[in-house]
Amino acid sequence: MEVIVFSALNGLLYGLLLFMLSSGLTLIFSMMGVLNFAHASFYMIGAYLAFTLSSGIGFWPALFLAPVLVGLIGALVERYGLRRVHSHGHVAELLFTFGLAYLIEEAVKLIWGKLPVPYAVPDSLDWAIFTLFDTTYPAFRVFMMVVATLMFIGLWLLLKKTRAGLMIQAALTHPQMVGHLGHNVPLIFMLVFGIGCALAGLAGVIGGALLVTEPAMAFTLGPIVFVVVVVGGMGSLTGAFVASILIGLLQTFAIAIDASLADLFALVGIQVDPKGELTGITLAQIAPMLPFILLVLILIFRPRGLMGARES
Amino acid sequence: MLKRSLLAAVAVGSLMAAGAAQADTVKIGYIDPLSGAFANVGDSGKRHFEFMAEKINANGGLNGDMIEIVAFDNKINPKESLIQLQKAIDQGISIVTQGNGSSIASAIIDAVNKHNKRNPDNPVLFLNYAAVDPAFTNDRCSFWHFRFDADADMKMEALTDWLATREDLGKVYIIGQDYSFGKAVQAAANRMLAAKSPEKEIVGDELHPLGKVKDFSPYIAKIKASDADVVITGNWGTDMTLLVKAAADAGLDVPILTYYGGGLGTPTAMGDTALDRVMQITEWHENVDGLGLDPMLDEFEGEHEIDFYYYRVKNLMEMLQKAAAKAGSTEPEALARAFEGMEHETEVGTITMRADNHQLIQPLYLSTFSDDVARDVEGTGYGFKTNHRIEGPATSTDTTCEMKRPS
Amino acid sequence: MMQPGFLRSLLPWLAAILLLALLPSIFPSRTAFSVMNAIGIQLVFALSYNMLLGQGGMLSFGHAVYFGLGGYGAMHAMRLIEAGSLDFPVFGLPLIGFAVGLIAGAVIGWPSCRRSGVPFAMISLGIGELVAAAGFMFVSIFGGEEGISGDRMVGVETFGLSLGPIKEVYWFIAFWAFVAALAMWAFTKTPLGRLSNAVRDNDQRAQFIGFDPQRVRYLVFIISGGFAGLAGGMSAVNYEILTPETFSALVSGAVLIMAFIGGIRTFYGPILGAALIVVMQSLLSDYTEAWQFYIGILFMVIVMFAPGGLAGLVERVRLAIQRRELAEVAPTWGLGVSAALAMTLGMIILVELVFRWREGSEPMELLGIPLSHSEILPWLLALLLLGLGSVGLRQAPKRWGRLLRGEAP
Repeated sequence: MEVIVFSALNGLLYGLLLFMLSSGLTLIFSMMGVLNFAHASFYMIGAYLAFTLSSGIGFWPALFLAPVLVGLIGALVERYGLRRVHSHGHVAELLFTFGLAYLIEEAVKLIWGKLPVPYAVPDSLDWAIFTLFDTTYPAFRVFMMVVATLMFIGLWLLLKKTRAGLMIQAALTHPQMVGHLGHNVPLIFMLVFGIGCALAGLAGVIGGALLVTEPAMAFTLGPIVFVVVVVGGMGSLTGAFVASILIGLLQTFAIAIDASLADLFALVGIQVDPKGELTGITLAQIAPMLPFILLVLILIFRPRGLMGARES
Repeated sequence: MLKRSLLAAVAVGSLMAAGAAQADTVKIGYIDPLSGAFANVGDSGKRHFEFMAEKINANGGLNGDMIEIVAFDNKINPKESLIQLQKAIDQGISIVTQGNGSSIASAIIDAVNKHNKRNPDNPVLFLNYAAVDPAFTNDRCSFWHFRFDADADMKMEALTDWLATREDLGKVYIIGQDYSFGKAVQAAANRMLAAKSPEKEIVGDELHPLGKVKDFSPYIAKIKASDADVVITGNWGTDMTLLVKAAADAGLDVPILTYYGGGLGTPTAMGDTALDRVMQITEWHENVDGLGLDPMLDEFEGEHEIDFYYYRVKNLMEMLQKAAAKAGSTEPEALARAFEGMEHETEVGTITMRADNHQLIQPLYLSTFSDDVARDVEGTGYGFKTNHRIEGPATSTDTTCEMKRPS
Repeated sequence: MMQPGFLRSLLPWLAAILLLALLPSIFPSRTAFSVMNAIGIQLVFALSYNMLLGQGGMLSFGHAVYFGLGGYGAMHAMRLIEAGSLDFPVFGLPLIGFAVGLIAGAVIGWPSCRRSGVPFAMISLGIGELVAAAGFMFVSIFGGEEGISGDRMVGVETFGLSLGPIKEVYWFIAFWAFVAALAMWAFTKTPLGRLSNAVRDNDQRAQFIGFDPQRVRYLVFIISGGFAGLAGGMSAVNYEILTPETFSALVSGAVLIMAFIGGIRTFYGPILGAALIVVMQSLLSDYTEAWQFYIGILFMVIVMFAPGGLAGLVERVRLAIQRRELAEVAPTWGLGVSAALAMTLGMIILVELVFRWREGSEPMELLGIPLSHSEILPWLLALLLLGLGSVGLRQAPKRWGRLLRGEAP
């Protein structure tokens, strides 16, 4: 029981972190058709900026300032870089963002060094909020869940209830039409890219304190965020949300369950060596692989994703 | 960083050269992670070696030759280590040292053996300061490899001896990193617990990916659910820090027996939650009384703003100086023969390099994280306090090594 | 009947043989051999990658899978030779790598080649991550974190090479790099090679003339996997160790960077890229901590301004010489090149200053001139060079842009 409750909590937490990252990516993807390889890198910049800022002006101002700065950087990247390669097609854009991810990682190493930086949970949130089965639960984690949920609601309202949101919705299904209607498509692109990056930056401010702030943090999370967006379905915010939570729970529960293939066989009455190389593999061991199995299967059998509006 | 250390060493070297006329330099290749998840650990080791090199150089160096530490970043990857080893050999380096990761040490031992077989005129000596897979001084022992840390089995003997005296700790949870060292710890713990205290129940036995887990909460949830009384872990680096951090967050309230609880960054991460709870088994710690090491520790900490942790690096460098004097040379083969069976007087007592398997025999200390200490670690106000000392001979284990020496 | 055009196209290959034969005398040091061997392996890998990206239009983020599997195949064979249960020369191990790569390509390509474009790229990424994770799980095959190692000095000797000293390994690498490159070049001349270009440019049109683009992509994918496996086999013999890290996204990313910087539109582009990146990796890293940053900048510049890569620039210069218009375009090119150089210099100074300022290390020296990060002047110099360069680049007429794009001026 304990394990189930805490696995659910931890899975939800991890899923919400994934959602904070993927919401910006899915926004960019749906609007511009660009799978931003460097998205997790903006998450990393957010964490590092928050680390630097919070040592000067404190955590709370940094929580707002860092994402804004990341958004600005994102907008500049779109204006002076991505726009240039846009005419060469999606593969060129993918290459551009791939190079960008590489460059950002190296730049972070140059500026902040190769070692993890001591970016920790602020004192004001560093206490146990409740105790369950003798296990305490840190307040910062609850804070993160609240922020992620607010983000989902805010974005959902933005997309469904505002004019700008309607335009993005329209661009999703009829990209040319929006341009023909006389909207300044390049400006919209720049704004969308900037906002998407700012969301990643916000995730970084929180994720960096929750996990570790180090130059490899983008590289370890990047592919998973891709999986979320593809599995959730192109341009679907709800899809991204569902996929994030799904993958978060999947990975966390897989660690909690000790079952191996041999146990599975034993269920149906076949006895095999429980310590064998193949039969001894436990669910916990394959936990990191599960999202990618899901990715490949979805791409082959349901390219629209869970709730996508269209294929790439 | 490589260039900087090189220059620093050269600067020191040239200062010393004023005294000893026409001194040459002997380069030691330091192959450890200087980037990535374990960069902080590798960087700390490098500072210890540079510090000790200065000390040895000030004290006459290796027969008058000055030691220079040349650092190579292996990104904690076996293949990259071999490329760096090759690079070191290309630069004319014939003594290399490494410590972080038994998988790395394994690759280096293998490569050094092959290199020395193929290039008998230009052999390389490998001084291992921290990779503790028991195989290196048993089945896979090599004439060109010397280990200055107690191996995983020796340390586990000490831990399980203590555990056997604690009847209140009945349920044991073992967690470790999924690679050769983690598995060696796991196997040793299982074997020795079964032999020494069969009444104890092993309620969890788990391996997790090396250096990849960012949030240990799911593992901690499992440990809590298993109702364990004590946790044994061989984790080090970020894996150790994050494990304890998650344990502290969740309020996991049991003793944690570690190999590397005092490892860099870990005490800071643990803070007061680890008090009287986290224990470590090491060859030395800062609060071993009456050794007269305080001036040196103060000097190191003043210079580098990290704690002196690797006492064995001091042993290694002092024994290297002694071996060079005994052999009258710094040629790898002569050094290796001089190391075999060498006895050395240190602050903790006499330590001996076994001739039969090249394992250093030294006393071990079991200590607990405490607030009642003279020297704190990492400015936390806490430090390690000795529970008991295990004499060197008591840690010695049988070896299956069949040493092949060059004729 | 031999056509003169065919003979002329063989000339570069004869030159390559000459170069390979002379290199050991020009660079006789151990370090040089390490670097040349690494280039040999990487150029085969990069060429195989370009069969996908440059010739077939398939962007893959998981090419390391075939390199790694081929390498593991060869390594296991090497261990069997050592154990005496396989009678095969170590010299021929890249063939085993090739076979394993082919099989892996056939198995994995079957589902993934059903899509093209971005979905194909995503599938390759997913499969790459899957295999990378599996690499750490199946210890008896991949050796876990430690990987598996072997001894190349076993079995029968071929061509009188014991393969012990690094110099003898050079001949092994040179032989296979040459053979593989020639074979891949020959492939571009086959009907299938031509078809893959057609599918890249317009797969609907290829379909109209009666070819199944999915099938063409699949076949190219298999062959590309084979050559990647061959490169893996060369790597197994050269390094005598393989670890599951070989499957990592870093390796897949590196081959993409190599091929693209070199130029994916010409056959020899990836060779230039492989040589450049390996040299930067092994030599530049001794001088600066920021070498990977420079590679990143180079990659971005090429993606944005010169999609033809280094080879595109070479081709453009060659074209100008052929058309005898070099004198005409030289002034604009001269201006452009010097502006680009000024920008590069400015950027290098800036990056190194930033780095030293953070590390607090000793001031750098550039061409014998000390530049201290604690003084204002070097910073101004860097900014001045950057400014001058960007003004120069703007002033250089549009021909410069055309040169970079590989179009006619």
